[in-house]
Amino acid sequence: MQLTINGKARSFDLAQMNVAQLVEQLALVGKRLAIELNGEIVPRSQFADTQLSDGDKLEIVGAVGGG
Amino acid sequence: MSDLLKIANKTYQSRLLVGTGKYKDFAETRAAIDASGAEIITVAIRRTNIGQTAGEPSLLDFLPPEEFTYLPNTAGCYSADEAVRTLRLARELLDGHQLVKLEVLGDPNTLYPNMTETLAATKTLVKDGFDVMVYCSDDPIIAKQLEEIGCCAVMPLASLIGSGMGILNPWNLQIIIENAKIPVLVDAGVGTASDAAIAMELGCQGVLMNTAIAAAKNPVLMAGAMKKAVEAGREAYLAGRMPKKLYSASPSSPTAGLIS
Repeated sequence: MQLTINGKARSFDLAQMNVAQLVEQLALVGKRLAIELNGEIVPRSQFADTQLSDGDKLEIVGAVGGG
Repeated sequence: MSDLLKIANKTYQSRLLVGTGKYKDFAETRAAIDASGAEIITVAIRRTNIGQTAGEPSLLDFLPPEEFTYLPNTAGCYSADEAVRTLRLARELLDGHQLVKLEVLGDPNTLYPNMTETLAATKTLVKDGFDVMVYCSDDPIIAKQLEEIGCCAVMPLASLIGSGMGILNPWNLQIIIENAKIPVLVDAGVGTASDAAIAMELGCQGVLMNTAIAAAKNPVLMAGAMKKAVEAGREAYLAGRMPKKLYSASPSSPTAGLIS
């Protein structure tokens, strides 16, 4: 599966994947983050129920130092 | 004396709000914030580093959201749409947290706010249930319009972000404070402790700063200075200063009993 994550193209071996599995693949489990899939926020409670498709665009964000 | 800062129906002991950017490392960030006594701390929302080593510390490890009130900002946003999108992500990130700082910039050199976009974003966010603290120009009409839209605090600049130039237009700030029924906080431009004290003496409900502390030679020491300045300025405001006079015909010492 081919995805664009935070502006970069990435390929995954899995043909079927949900958002929870993607978080695992990216070694981000347990990190506080928010995810947008094709411009729509995916609530954390729905990670496992949200299937990804080839060509999806995701933004994965966290909190950093700022003023 | 109980004199609490009240924002969006929540009260705070500290009237100093601080940013978490530009520090040497997270340990220094934490030490400075502890010294400042701040309860509300701003954070930025940015793309997560993917492929980051799993154990690498994050800001949240040093500043747990359970200990502080996080104020996610929209720094770096140049349109209402980007700002709204960022804060919706922040709300998801922080488990439904509604208190946010909106800033929509107009120009990368000065970081001056774009008030047209800011007004538009405020409308959308207020409708969407956010408690919005708005970074704005020191224009009394704009400040009133933001209040009418329903933001929970207006935060006019003292001077440009990161400039450390202090309060350039105390007269405008005074008009904004006099007209406002919601808290007015100075955000941006404070350079040193006296600037923060002056903002509070003018009647601001609080001061938000980042660079003045982070870019000091000794940030932790400056954080303590800012805490005292905000408290001193607040107390002076509440005490009510003596009127200014060119000279006084009443000396402080008795006129009787002089030796001759």
